[in-house]
Amino acid sequence: MSNLLEIRNLTVRFGGICAVDHVSLDVEKGKIVTLIGANGAGKSTTLRAVSGIVKPTEGEILFDGENILGLSPDKIVARGVTMVPEGRRVFPNLTVLENLKIGAYLRKDNLTDDMEYVYSLFPRLKERSWQLAGTLSGGEQQMLAVGRALMAKPKLIMMDEPSLGLAPLVVRNIFEIIRTINDAGITVLLNEQNANMALKAADFGYVLETGRITLSGTGAALYADEGVKEAYLGKRKE
Amino acid sequence: MNIVPYLIRGLATGGQFALVAIGYTMVYGILKLINFAHGDLFMVSGILLIYLCANFPTLPIGAAIIIMIALTVLIGFLIEKCAYSPLRQAPRMSVMISAIGVSYLLQNLVSYITGGLSKQFPDIPFLSDSVKLFGVKDKLAVFLSPVAAIVLTVILVLIVNHTKFGMSMRAVSRDFETSQLMGVKINRVISITFAIGAFLAAVGSILYFAKNTGINHMAGSTPGIKAFIAAVVGGIGSVPGAVVGALIIGVVESLAKAFGLADFSDVISFGLLILILVVKPTGLFGEKLTEKV
Repeated sequence: MSNLLEIRNLTVRFGGICAVDHVSLDVEKGKIVTLIGANGAGKSTTLRAVSGIVKPTEGEILFDGENILGLSPDKIVARGVTMVPEGRRVFPNLTVLENLKIGAYLRKDNLTDDMEYVYSLFPRLKERSWQLAGTLSGGEQQMLAVGRALMAKPKLIMMDEPSLGLAPLVVRNIFEIIRTINDAGITVLLNEQNANMALKAADFGYVLETGRITLSGTGAALYADEGVKEAYLGKRKE
Repeated sequence: MNIVPYLIRGLATGGQFALVAIGYTMVYGILKLINFAHGDLFMVSGILLIYLCANFPTLPIGAAIIIMIALTVLIGFLIEKCAYSPLRQAPRMSVMISAIGVSYLLQNLVSYITGGLSKQFPDIPFLSDSVKLFGVKDKLAVFLSPVAAIVLTVILVLIVNHTKFGMSMRAVSRDFETSQLMGVKINRVISITFAIGAFLAAVGSILYFAKNTGINHMAGSTPGIKAFIAAVVGGIGSVPGAVVGALIIGVVESLAKAFGLADFSDVISFGLLILILVVKPTGLFGEKLTEKV
Protein backbone atom coordinates (compact mmCIF):
# COMPACT_ATOMS: atom_id res chain seq x y z
CA MET A 1 0.00 0.00 0.00
CA SER A 2 1.14 3.54 -0.65
CA ASN A 3 1.62 6.23 1.91
CA LEU A 4 -0.77 9.15 1.79
CA LEU A 5 1.38 11.24 4.09
CA GLU A 6 5.10 11.00 4.65
CA ILE A 7 6.90 13.22 7.11
CA ARG A 8 10.68 13.28 6.80
CA ASN A 9 13.00 14.81 9.40
CA LEU A 10 10.46 17.39 10.44
CA THR A 11 11.95 19.91 12.85
CA VAL A 12 10.06 22.81 14.39
CA ARG A 13 11.75 25.33 16.65
CA PHE A 14 10.03 28.04 18.65
CA GLY A 15 12.75 30.45 19.64
CA GLY A 16 15.34 28.28 21.33
CA ILE A 17 12.99 25.41 22.03
CA CYS A 18 12.87 22.46 19.70
CA ALA A 19 9.24 21.33 19.78
CA VAL A 20 9.61 18.69 17.09
CA ASP A 21 13.01 17.15 16.50
CA HIS A 22 13.67 15.26 13.25
CA VAL A 23 10.39 13.39 13.28
CA SER A 24 9.74 10.99 10.43
CA LEU A 25 6.53 9.10 10.10
CA ASP A 26 4.29 7.50 7.49
CA VAL A 27 0.54 7.43 7.24
CA GLU A 28 -0.62 4.67 4.98
CA LYS A 29 -3.63 5.32 2.79
CA GLY A 30 -6.90 4.15 4.32
CA LYS A 31 -5.50 3.53 7.80
CA ILE A 32 -5.87 5.06 11.23
CA VAL A 33 -2.50 6.19 12.53
CA THR A 34 -2.10 7.59 16.00
CA LEU A 35 0.49 9.74 17.72
CA ILE A 36 0.56 9.24 21.45
CA GLY A 37 2.61 11.02 24.04
CA ALA A 38 2.44 13.32 27.01
CA ASN A 39 1.62 17.02 27.00
CA GLY A 40 4.29 19.01 25.20
CA ALA A 41 5.71 16.01 23.36
CA GLY A 42 5.18 17.75 20.03
CA LYS A 43 2.07 15.95 18.80
CA SER A 44 0.03 19.07 18.16
CA THR A 45 2.97 20.90 16.61
CA THR A 46 3.46 18.03 14.17
CA LEU A 47 -0.17 18.22 13.02
CA ARG A 48 -0.07 22.00 12.87
CA ALA A 49 3.02 21.81 10.68
CA VAL A 50 1.22 19.46 8.30
CA SER A 51 -1.74 21.85 8.08
CA GLY A 52 0.56 24.79 7.34
CA ILE A 53 -0.25 26.79 10.49
CA VAL A 54 3.25 26.31 11.89
CA LYS A 55 6.31 26.86 9.72
CA PRO A 56 8.90 24.10 10.24
CA THR A 57 12.62 24.86 10.31
CA GLU A 58 13.54 21.83 8.27
CA GLY A 59 12.16 18.63 6.86
CA GLU A 60 9.77 17.47 4.22
CA ILE A 61 6.06 16.79 4.28
CA LEU A 62 4.88 14.73 1.35
CA PHE A 63 1.18 14.41 0.71
CA ASP A 64 0.21 12.10 -2.13
CA GLY A 65 3.88 12.17 -3.14
CA GLU A 66 4.13 15.96 -3.38
CA ASN A 67 5.89 18.26 -0.95
CA ILE A 68 3.31 20.46 0.76
CA LEU A 69 5.71 22.08 3.18
CA GLY A 70 5.63 25.84 2.82
CA LEU A 71 2.20 25.96 1.20
CA SER A 72 -0.38 28.25 2.79
CA PRO A 73 -3.07 26.54 4.89
CA ASP A 74 -5.79 27.11 2.29
CA LYS A 75 -3.75 25.35 -0.42
CA ILE A 76 -3.22 22.41 1.92
CA VAL A 77 -6.94 22.20 2.67
CA ALA A 78 -7.59 22.33 -1.07
CA ARG A 79 -5.40 19.25 -1.52
CA GLY A 80 -7.53 17.27 0.88
CA VAL A 81 -6.03 17.63 4.34
CA THR A 82 -8.33 18.86 7.07
CA MET A 83 -7.91 19.16 10.79
CA VAL A 84 -10.16 18.89 13.80
CA PRO A 85 -8.26 21.25 16.07
CA GLU A 86 -7.57 20.73 19.72
CA GLY A 87 -10.32 22.05 21.93
CA ARG A 88 -12.82 21.71 19.02
CA ARG A 89 -12.68 25.41 18.11
CA VAL A 90 -16.11 25.56 16.53
CA PHE A 91 -17.14 29.10 15.64
CA PRO A 92 -19.45 29.95 18.56
CA ASN A 93 -20.95 32.97 16.78
CA LEU A 94 -21.96 30.94 13.73
CA THR A 95 -24.88 28.54 13.58
CA VAL A 96 -24.31 24.80 13.39
CA LEU A 97 -25.27 24.90 9.72
CA GLU A 98 -22.85 27.75 9.02
CA ASN A 99 -20.07 25.89 10.81
CA LEU A 100 -20.63 22.98 8.47
CA LYS A 101 -20.77 25.29 5.46
CA ILE A 102 -17.53 26.99 6.36
CA GLY A 103 -15.90 23.57 6.51
CA ALA A 104 -16.67 23.38 2.80
CA TYR A 105 -15.41 26.92 2.20
CA LEU A 106 -13.18 26.07 -0.75
CA ARG A 107 -15.70 23.83 -2.46
CA LYS A 108 -17.81 25.17 -5.27
CA ASP A 109 -19.94 22.07 -5.92
CA ASN A 110 -23.22 21.04 -4.33
CA LEU A 111 -23.04 20.34 -0.61
CA THR A 112 -26.40 18.62 -0.10
CA ASP A 113 -25.12 15.02 -0.15
CA ASP A 114 -22.27 15.71 2.23
CA MET A 115 -24.54 17.68 4.50
CA GLU A 116 -26.88 14.67 4.60
CA TYR A 117 -23.91 12.37 5.28
CA VAL A 118 -22.74 14.47 8.23
CA TYR A 119 -26.30 14.68 9.57
CA SER A 120 -26.61 10.91 9.27
CA LEU A 121 -23.44 10.49 11.34
CA PHE A 122 -24.60 13.09 13.87
CA PRO A 123 -28.40 13.34 13.92
CA ARG A 124 -28.08 15.67 16.89
CA LEU A 125 -26.51 18.31 14.65
CA LYS A 126 -29.49 18.24 12.33
CA GLU A 127 -31.85 18.94 15.21
CA ARG A 128 -29.72 21.90 16.20
CA SER A 129 -28.73 23.23 12.81
CA TRP A 130 -30.12 26.71 13.51
CA GLN A 131 -28.60 27.02 16.94
CA LEU A 132 -25.43 29.01 17.53
CA ALA A 133 -22.54 26.58 17.92
CA GLY A 134 -21.53 28.30 21.17
CA THR A 135 -24.66 26.95 22.82
CA LEU A 136 -23.85 23.28 22.13
CA SER A 137 -22.47 20.93 24.76
CA GLY A 138 -18.83 19.86 24.61
CA GLY A 139 -19.65 16.53 23.00
CA GLU A 140 -21.90 18.16 20.42
CA GLN A 141 -19.21 20.70 19.63
CA GLN A 142 -16.77 17.85 19.03
CA MET A 143 -19.27 16.23 16.67
CA LEU A 144 -19.61 19.55 14.89
CA ALA A 145 -15.84 19.95 14.63
CA VAL A 146 -15.59 16.49 13.06
CA GLY A 147 -18.54 17.16 10.77
CA ARG A 148 -17.03 20.49 9.74
CA ALA A 149 -13.75 18.79 8.82
CA LEU A 150 -15.65 16.18 6.80
CA MET A 151 -17.42 18.85 4.77
CA ALA A 152 -14.17 19.63 2.94
CA LYS A 153 -14.29 16.09 1.48
CA PRO A 154 -10.81 15.31 2.82
CA LYS A 155 -8.49 12.46 1.91
CA LEU A 156 -6.75 12.85 5.24
CA ILE A 157 -8.41 14.03 8.41
CA MET A 158 -6.20 14.97 11.33
CA MET A 159 -7.69 15.03 14.80
CA ASP A 160 -5.96 16.74 17.65
CA GLU A 161 -7.05 15.33 21.02
CA PRO A 162 -10.67 14.67 20.08
CA SER A 163 -11.41 13.08 23.47
CA LEU A 164 -10.08 15.97 25.53
CA GLY A 165 -12.47 17.06 28.27
CA LEU A 166 -15.32 14.80 27.20
CA ALA A 167 -17.30 12.28 29.24
CA PRO A 168 -16.26 8.62 28.78
CA LEU A 169 -19.48 7.75 27.01
CA VAL A 170 -19.00 10.61 24.54
CA VAL A 171 -15.38 9.56 24.01
CA ARG A 172 -16.53 6.07 23.05
CA ASN A 173 -19.00 7.63 20.65
CA ILE A 174 -16.28 9.76 19.05
CA PHE A 175 -14.05 6.73 18.53
CA GLU A 176 -16.91 4.85 16.90
CA ILE A 177 -17.31 7.77 14.53
CA ILE A 178 -13.58 7.72 13.78
CA ARG A 179 -13.91 4.09 12.72
CA THR A 180 -16.99 4.85 10.62
CA ILE A 181 -15.20 7.69 8.85
CA ASN A 182 -12.21 5.45 8.24
CA ASP A 183 -14.44 2.69 6.86
CA ALA A 184 -15.76 5.25 4.40
CA GLY A 185 -12.22 5.49 3.01
CA ILE A 186 -10.83 8.52 4.78
CA THR A 187 -7.34 8.21 6.24
CA VAL A 188 -7.08 9.36 9.84
CA LEU A 189 -4.12 10.78 11.72
CA LEU A 190 -5.04 10.93 15.37
CA ASN A 191 -3.30 12.71 18.24
CA GLU A 192 -4.34 11.32 21.56
CA GLN A 193 -3.45 11.40 25.19
CA ASN A 194 -6.03 8.72 25.74
CA ALA A 195 -3.56 6.07 24.57
CA ASN A 196 -5.84 3.27 25.64
CA MET A 197 -8.63 4.17 23.20
CA ALA A 198 -6.28 5.41 20.51
CA LEU A 199 -4.14 2.30 20.29
CA LYS A 200 -7.19 0.04 20.24
CA ALA A 201 -8.59 1.97 17.30
CA ALA A 202 -5.37 2.54 15.37
CA ASP A 203 -3.70 0.39 12.73
CA PHE A 204 -0.35 1.92 13.49
CA GLY A 205 1.02 4.13 16.23
CA TYR A 206 3.97 6.34 17.05
CA VAL A 207 5.10 7.35 20.52
CA LEU A 208 6.41 10.89 20.80
CA GLU A 209 8.59 12.02 23.70
CA THR A 210 9.95 15.57 23.94
CA GLY A 211 9.84 16.05 20.20
CA ARG A 212 11.28 12.71 19.15
CA ILE A 213 9.71 9.46 18.08
CA THR A 214 10.84 6.85 20.55
CA LEU A 215 8.73 3.91 19.51
CA SER A 216 6.50 2.80 16.70
CA GLY A 217 4.52 -0.26 15.80
CA THR A 218 1.06 -1.54 15.05
CA GLY A 219 -1.64 -0.44 17.43
CA ALA A 220 -1.85 -3.90 18.96
CA ALA A 221 1.94 -4.22 19.36
CA LEU A 222 2.18 -0.86 21.13
CA TYR A 223 -0.80 -1.74 23.27
CA ALA A 224 1.05 -4.85 24.44
CA ASP A 225 4.38 -3.08 24.89
CA GLU A 226 5.51 -3.03 28.52
CA GLY A 227 7.05 0.44 28.33
CA VAL A 228 3.95 1.94 26.74
CA LYS A 229 1.74 0.16 29.25
CA GLU A 230 3.61 1.67 32.13
CA ALA A 231 4.02 5.17 30.72
CA TYR A 232 0.74 5.77 28.90
CA LEU A 233 -1.80 3.12 29.78
CA GLY A 234 -1.53 3.43 33.52
CA LYS A 235 -0.74 -0.21 34.10
CA ARG A 236 2.14 -1.33 36.32
CA LYS A 237 4.60 -3.92 35.22
CA GLU A 238 3.69 -7.25 36.72
CA MET B 1 -39.37 76.37 20.12
CA ASN B 2 -39.42 74.08 17.13
CA ILE B 3 -37.02 71.21 17.66
CA VAL B 4 -37.73 69.44 14.35
CA PRO B 5 -34.87 71.16 12.48
CA TYR B 6 -32.50 70.23 15.29
CA LEU B 7 -33.69 66.65 15.21
CA ILE B 8 -33.17 66.47 11.46
CA ARG B 9 -29.73 68.04 11.63
CA GLY B 10 -28.87 65.71 14.49
CA LEU B 11 -29.91 62.68 12.49
CA ALA B 12 -27.89 64.00 9.56
CA THR B 13 -24.70 64.41 11.57
CA GLY B 14 -25.46 61.06 13.20
CA GLY B 15 -25.80 59.41 9.81
CA GLN B 16 -22.46 60.87 8.71
CA PHE B 17 -20.79 59.72 11.93
CA ALA B 18 -22.39 56.32 11.45
CA LEU B 19 -20.68 55.82 8.10
CA VAL B 20 -17.34 56.48 9.77
CA ALA B 21 -18.21 54.49 12.89
CA ILE B 22 -18.85 51.34 10.85
CA GLY B 23 -15.22 51.42 9.72
CA TYR B 24 -14.05 51.55 13.34
CA THR B 25 -16.35 48.82 14.49
CA MET B 26 -15.65 46.42 11.61
CA VAL B 27 -11.89 46.73 11.93
CA TYR B 28 -12.15 46.30 15.68
CA GLY B 29 -14.38 43.28 15.20
CA ILE B 30 -11.88 41.52 12.99
CA LEU B 31 -8.46 42.71 14.22
CA LYS B 32 -9.32 43.93 17.74
CA LEU B 33 -7.58 47.11 16.61
CA ILE B 34 -8.76 50.66 17.13
CA ASN B 35 -7.79 52.10 13.79
CA PHE B 36 -6.83 55.63 14.82
CA ALA B 37 -6.07 56.50 11.22
CA HIS B 38 -9.70 56.03 10.19
CA GLY B 39 -10.79 59.60 11.02
CA ASP B 40 -7.83 60.93 9.05
CA LEU B 41 -8.68 58.74 6.09
CA PHE B 42 -12.09 60.41 6.23
CA MET B 43 -10.38 63.81 6.03
CA VAL B 44 -8.04 62.66 3.25
CA SER B 45 -10.99 61.57 1.13
CA GLY B 46 -12.47 65.07 1.44
CA ILE B 47 -9.15 66.64 0.47
CA LEU B 48 -8.89 64.27 -2.50
CA LEU B 49 -12.19 65.50 -3.89
CA ILE B 50 -11.12 69.13 -3.46
CA TYR B 51 -7.89 68.55 -5.38
CA LEU B 52 -9.58 66.45 -8.04
CA CYS B 53 -12.09 69.21 -8.71
CA ALA B 54 -9.48 71.99 -8.58
CA ASN B 55 -6.93 70.30 -10.85
CA PHE B 56 -9.30 68.79 -13.37
CA PRO B 57 -11.99 71.46 -13.85
CA THR B 58 -13.34 69.67 -16.89
CA LEU B 59 -13.97 66.47 -14.93
CA PRO B 60 -17.69 66.03 -14.20
CA ILE B 61 -18.39 66.03 -10.46
CA GLY B 62 -19.87 62.53 -10.60
CA ALA B 63 -16.68 61.15 -12.11
CA ALA B 64 -14.58 63.03 -9.57
CA ILE B 65 -16.62 61.47 -6.75
CA ILE B 66 -16.15 57.97 -8.17
CA ILE B 67 -12.39 58.48 -8.56
CA MET B 68 -12.21 59.91 -5.03
CA ILE B 69 -14.03 56.89 -3.57
CA ALA B 70 -11.78 54.51 -5.50
CA LEU B 71 -8.65 56.29 -4.26
CA THR B 72 -9.90 56.30 -0.68
CA VAL B 73 -10.54 52.55 -0.85
CA LEU B 74 -7.06 52.08 -2.28
CA ILE B 75 -5.50 54.14 0.52
CA GLY B 76 -7.47 52.21 3.14
CA PHE B 77 -6.22 48.97 1.60
CA LEU B 78 -2.62 50.20 1.47
CA ILE B 79 -2.68 51.40 5.08
CA GLU B 80 -3.61 47.90 6.18
CA LYS B 81 -1.03 46.25 3.92
CA CYS B 82 1.85 48.52 4.91
CA ALA B 83 1.16 49.41 8.54
CA TYR B 84 -0.90 46.60 10.07
CA SER B 85 -0.40 43.44 8.04
CA PRO B 86 3.36 43.11 8.82
CA LEU B 87 2.44 43.27 12.52
CA ARG B 88 -0.02 40.38 12.46
CA GLN B 89 1.96 38.35 14.99
CA ALA B 90 3.01 41.38 17.06
CA PRO B 91 1.36 42.38 20.34
CA ARG B 92 -1.81 44.39 19.91
CA MET B 93 -0.18 47.47 21.42
CA SER B 94 2.36 47.60 18.56
CA VAL B 95 -0.40 47.63 15.97
CA MET B 96 -2.19 50.39 17.83
CA ILE B 97 0.96 52.52 17.91
CA SER B 98 1.36 51.87 14.19
CA ALA B 99 -2.20 53.15 13.74
CA ILE B 100 -1.36 56.33 15.67
CA GLY B 101 1.67 56.71 13.41
CA VAL B 102 -0.46 56.41 10.28
CA SER B 103 -2.85 58.99 11.71
CA TYR B 104 -0.03 61.54 12.15
CA LEU B 105 1.44 60.62 8.79
CA LEU B 106 -1.82 61.40 7.00
CA GLN B 107 -2.33 64.64 8.92
CA ASN B 108 1.20 65.83 8.21
CA LEU B 109 1.13 64.86 4.56
CA VAL B 110 -2.09 66.80 4.08
CA SER B 111 -0.77 69.74 6.06
CA TYR B 112 2.33 69.74 3.84
CA ILE B 113 0.26 69.66 0.66
CA THR B 114 -2.31 72.25 1.72
CA GLY B 115 0.16 74.40 3.59
CA GLY B 116 -2.05 73.96 6.64
CA LEU B 117 -4.74 76.14 5.11
CA SER B 118 -8.40 75.35 5.07
CA LYS B 119 -9.59 74.35 1.61
CA GLN B 120 -13.04 75.01 0.24
CA PHE B 121 -15.07 71.88 -0.40
CA PRO B 122 -16.58 72.00 -3.90
CA ASP B 123 -20.29 72.58 -4.34
CA ILE B 124 -21.81 69.29 -5.31
CA PRO B 125 -24.79 70.38 -7.42
CA PHE B 126 -27.25 67.80 -6.21
CA LEU B 127 -26.20 67.53 -2.55
CA SER B 128 -25.70 71.25 -1.99
CA ASP B 129 -29.13 72.13 -3.33
CA SER B 130 -31.49 73.57 -0.79
CA VAL B 131 -34.75 71.78 -0.31
CA LYS B 132 -37.64 72.14 2.08
CA LEU B 133 -38.85 68.99 3.83
CA PHE B 134 -40.91 68.59 7.04
CA GLY B 135 -41.03 72.38 7.18
CA VAL B 136 -37.26 72.58 7.36
CA LYS B 137 -35.15 74.21 4.67
CA ASP B 138 -31.65 72.80 4.37
CA LYS B 139 -29.14 71.26 1.99
CA LEU B 140 -30.21 67.98 0.47
CA ALA B 141 -27.13 66.32 2.00
CA VAL B 142 -28.70 66.88 5.42
CA PHE B 143 -31.84 64.94 4.55
CA LEU B 144 -29.94 62.31 2.62
CA SER B 145 -27.36 61.47 5.29
CA PRO B 146 -29.45 59.36 7.67
CA VAL B 147 -31.16 57.65 4.74
CA ALA B 148 -27.82 56.81 3.10
CA ALA B 149 -26.41 55.58 6.39
CA ILE B 150 -29.34 53.30 7.04
CA VAL B 151 -29.54 51.93 3.50
CA LEU B 152 -25.81 51.18 3.38
CA THR B 153 -25.97 49.60 6.84
CA VAL B 154 -28.83 47.33 5.86
CA ILE B 155 -26.89 46.23 2.76
CA LEU B 156 -23.79 45.64 4.85
CA VAL B 157 -25.64 43.66 7.51
CA LEU B 158 -27.23 41.51 4.80
CA ILE B 159 -23.77 40.85 3.34
CA VAL B 160 -22.31 39.98 6.73
CA ASN B 161 -25.15 37.68 7.75
CA HIS B 162 -26.19 36.06 4.50
CA THR B 163 -23.24 35.65 2.17
CA LYS B 164 -20.33 33.27 2.12
CA PHE B 165 -17.92 36.18 2.40
CA GLY B 166 -19.85 37.53 5.39
CA MET B 167 -19.67 34.13 7.01
CA SER B 168 -15.90 34.04 6.57
CA MET B 169 -15.73 37.54 8.06
CA ARG B 170 -17.60 36.44 11.15
CA ALA B 171 -15.41 33.35 11.42
CA VAL B 172 -12.17 35.33 11.08
CA SER B 173 -13.36 37.85 13.67
CA ARG B 174 -13.64 34.98 16.10
CA ASP B 175 -10.67 32.74 15.36
CA PHE B 176 -7.88 33.39 12.83
CA GLU B 177 -6.26 30.01 13.05
CA THR B 178 -9.34 27.85 12.75
CA SER B 179 -10.53 30.01 9.87
CA GLN B 180 -7.26 29.26 8.10
CA LEU B 181 -7.81 25.57 8.74
CA MET B 182 -11.10 25.89 6.87
CA GLY B 183 -9.26 27.32 3.89
CA VAL B 184 -10.23 30.95 4.49
CA LYS B 185 -7.56 33.40 3.32
CA ILE B 186 -7.60 35.68 6.33
CA ASN B 187 -5.47 38.41 4.77
CA ARG B 188 -7.96 38.74 1.97
CA VAL B 189 -10.87 38.98 4.39
CA ILE B 190 -9.03 41.65 6.39
CA SER B 191 -8.17 43.65 3.25
CA ILE B 192 -11.78 43.62 2.11
CA THR B 193 -12.92 44.71 5.58
CA PHE B 194 -10.62 47.74 5.37
CA ALA B 195 -11.82 48.46 1.85
CA ILE B 196 -15.47 48.45 2.97
CA GLY B 197 -14.61 50.71 5.91
CA ALA B 198 -12.79 53.12 3.59
CA PHE B 199 -15.66 53.12 1.10
CA LEU B 200 -18.18 54.06 3.80
CA ALA B 201 -15.84 56.74 5.18
CA ALA B 202 -15.57 58.23 1.69
CA VAL B 203 -19.35 58.34 1.31
CA GLY B 204 -19.59 59.83 4.79
CA SER B 205 -17.04 62.49 3.96
CA ILE B 206 -18.98 63.67 0.91
CA LEU B 207 -22.12 64.08 2.99
CA TYR B 208 -20.30 65.58 5.97
CA PHE B 209 -18.19 68.11 4.10
CA ALA B 210 -21.02 69.06 1.75
CA LYS B 211 -22.50 70.98 4.69
CA ASN B 212 -19.29 71.82 6.59
CA THR B 213 -17.45 73.52 3.83
CA GLY B 214 -13.83 74.06 4.91
CA ILE B 215 -11.35 71.21 5.32
CA ASN B 216 -7.85 71.35 6.76
CA HIS B 217 -5.55 68.57 7.90
CA MET B 218 -7.26 68.33 11.30
CA ALA B 219 -10.78 68.06 9.89
CA GLY B 220 -10.88 64.31 10.48
CA SER B 221 -10.08 64.34 14.14
CA THR B 222 -13.38 65.52 15.66
CA PRO B 223 -15.67 63.43 13.45
CA GLY B 224 -13.23 60.55 13.92
CA ILE B 225 -13.47 60.76 17.69
CA LYS B 226 -17.23 61.22 17.61
CA ALA B 227 -17.59 58.20 15.36
CA PHE B 228 -15.34 56.20 17.64
CA ILE B 229 -17.48 57.18 20.66
CA ALA B 230 -20.53 56.15 18.67
CA ALA B 231 -18.98 52.75 17.94
CA VAL B 232 -18.21 52.21 21.62
CA VAL B 233 -21.63 53.42 22.79
CA GLY B 234 -23.29 51.06 20.31
CA GLY B 235 -21.05 48.19 21.30
CA ILE B 236 -17.81 47.99 19.39
CA GLY B 237 -17.76 45.12 16.93
CA SER B 238 -21.47 45.49 16.14
CA VAL B 239 -22.41 47.23 12.87
CA PRO B 240 -26.02 48.09 13.79
CA GLY B 241 -24.73 49.18 17.20
CA ALA B 242 -22.36 51.68 15.61
CA VAL B 243 -25.18 53.18 13.57
CA VAL B 244 -27.56 53.47 16.50
CA GLY B 245 -24.74 54.89 18.63
CA ALA B 246 -23.92 57.46 15.95
CA LEU B 247 -27.54 58.55 15.53
CA ILE B 248 -27.85 58.95 19.31
CA ILE B 249 -24.66 61.03 19.51
CA GLY B 250 -25.75 63.15 16.56
CA VAL B 251 -29.22 63.86 17.95
CA VAL B 252 -28.02 64.47 21.50
CA GLU B 253 -25.43 66.99 20.33
CA SER B 254 -27.93 68.73 18.11
CA LEU B 255 -30.50 68.93 20.91
CA ALA B 256 -27.79 70.37 23.15
CA LYS B 257 -27.49 73.16 20.59
CA ALA B 258 -31.26 73.61 20.59
CA PHE B 259 -31.19 74.23 24.32
CA GLY B 260 -28.34 76.67 24.04
CA LEU B 261 -25.72 74.25 25.30
CA ALA B 262 -23.69 74.17 22.08
CA ASP B 263 -20.47 74.79 23.99
CA PHE B 264 -21.13 71.68 26.03
CA SER B 265 -21.85 69.32 23.16
CA ASP B 266 -18.50 67.51 23.54
CA VAL B 267 -19.03 67.24 27.28
CA ILE B 268 -22.41 65.70 26.65
CA SER B 269 -21.09 63.15 24.12
CA PHE B 270 -18.22 62.07 26.33
CA GLY B 271 -20.51 62.05 29.36
CA LEU B 272 -22.85 59.75 27.47
CA LEU B 273 -19.88 57.51 26.64
CA ILE B 274 -18.87 57.29 30.29
CA LEU B 275 -22.44 56.65 31.38
CA ILE B 276 -22.89 53.82 28.88
CA LEU B 277 -19.55 52.27 29.80
CA VAL B 278 -20.46 52.33 33.50
CA VAL B 279 -23.95 50.92 33.04
CA LYS B 280 -23.28 48.52 30.16
CA PRO B 281 -19.58 48.08 29.47
CA THR B 282 -20.15 46.11 26.26
CA GLY B 283 -22.17 48.97 24.75
CA LEU B 284 -25.81 48.92 23.69
CA PHE B 285 -25.46 46.09 21.16
CA GLY B 286 -22.24 44.61 22.44
CA GLU B 287 -22.06 40.87 22.15
CA LYS B 288 -22.35 38.91 25.28
CA LEU B 289 -21.51 35.50 24.05
CA THR B 290 -22.30 32.36 25.93
CA GLU B 291 -19.60 29.90 25.16
CA LYS B 292 -19.41 26.49 26.69
CA VAL B 293 -15.95 25.07 27.05
